[in-house]
Amino acid sequence: MTTTLPMILLMLGCAIVTWLPRVIPFILVRNVQLPDVVLRWLSYIPVCILSALVLESLFNAEKSIVTFDWFNLGALIPTLITAIATKSLSKTVVVGVLTMALLRYFF
Amino acid sequence: MNTQVNVNHSLTLDTFSQGIKDCIPTLLGYISIGLAFGVIGITSNLSILEIFLLSVIVYAGSAQFIFCGLYVAGAPFSVIIITTFIVNLRHFLMSLTVAPHFTRYSPLRNIGFGTLLTDETFGVAVTKLTKEKHLGGNWMDGLNLTAYITWIASCTLGGIVGKWLPNAESLGLDFALISMFGALLVLNLVDLSKSKLMHYIKLIVLMAIIMYCLLYFLPGHLAVLIATVIVATIGVVTEK
Repeated sequence: MTTTLPMILLMLGCAIVTWLPRVIPFILVRNVQLPDVVLRWLSYIPVCILSALVLESLFNAEKSIVTFDWFNLGALIPTLITAIATKSLSKTVVVGVLTMALLRYFF
Repeated sequence: MNTQVNVNHSLTLDTFSQGIKDCIPTLLGYISIGLAFGVIGITSNLSILEIFLLSVIVYAGSAQFIFCGLYVAGAPFSVIIITTFIVNLRHFLMSLTVAPHFTRYSPLRNIGFGTLLTDETFGVAVTKLTKEKHLGGNWMDGLNLTAYITWIASCTLGGIVGKWLPNAESLGLDFALISMFGALLVLNLVDLSKSKLMHYIKLIVLMAIIMYCLLYFLPGHLAVLIATVIVATIGVVTEK
C-alpha cells in the first residue's frame, strides 16, 4: 500500500488532462449562446459516439488488414436483439455477457 | 429493483434517488470493468493505493487500462499523459452535448456535473433527454455519484482480490461494456420517427465504413473521435 512522488505527479497529470475536457464545456455554455447549427450538430453526437464505440469493438486492427472480430460480432447480435425487445439496459448486459461466456466456452 | 431505463414518456422526478435508480442498470458494467482494472493494475505493478487513487482522480475506464499498459511498458510520463488526454477527449463532445441543459444551475454545480461525466452516465443522460427533453441536477448528481462510488469500490476490490480472481476474460465480463454501449445506442433510436430513424441508420452504415478505413492508420480511440466529428457533420448537412 505505497506510492512514490513521481507516480503521484504522473497520476495528477493524467487527472488534469481528463478533467479539463469534461468541465470546460459546462463553463463555456454558461457564457456563450451556442448557435443553432452547433446545437443540431450536437444532437447527432450521442448516436454517432455510441455507434463508433460499438463498431470499434467489432473490428480487429492488430494485423496489416483490418478484419472482423467474430467473437464480438457474434455476441453483439443477440445483445442488440435483447435491447430492441426488452429496452432494458441490465437485461441486455446480462445477455451480452452470457453469450460471450458461452462463445468462449465452445470455441 | 427497477431494471428498466424509463421507457415511458411520463416525466420522472428530479430527485437524487431517481438518479440512483437509473444508474443501477449500468452498475454491472462498472463492477465487472472495475474488477478487471484492479486485477490488471496489480499485474502492472501498481499498488492497491495507486489503483484506488487512479480511479478516484482519473475516473475513466479505458484511460486507466491504457495507463497500466504504458506504465508497465516503461513509456515516458509525457507519452502517458498525452495518450490519456487523447483517449478522454471524446468526453469534451459528451459534456458539450449535455451541458446546455444545466445552465440554470450554479457554476460550482456545473463543474460537479462535468467532473463526474463518463461514457455510461452520458449514455443514460442522453437517453433520458431523448425521452423527456429535460434533465435535472439532483437526478444527475444521483446518477453520477452512484457510478463514481461503485467504480472506485470495484477497482479497489479488484486490486485486493487480484491474485485470486479467475481470468475475467473467459467469463465474458469484459463484454459488459460493449453490451452497454449497444443497449444505449438502441435506446437512443427506439422512439424516433420513421424518417429520422432511416437517416440515423444510413449514418451508422457510413460510420461503419469510416471506422473501418480509419482503423488502418489510427488507434481505436482516435478513430472514434474523428469518425464521430465527421459523421455528425454529415448528419447535419444531410438532414431534411
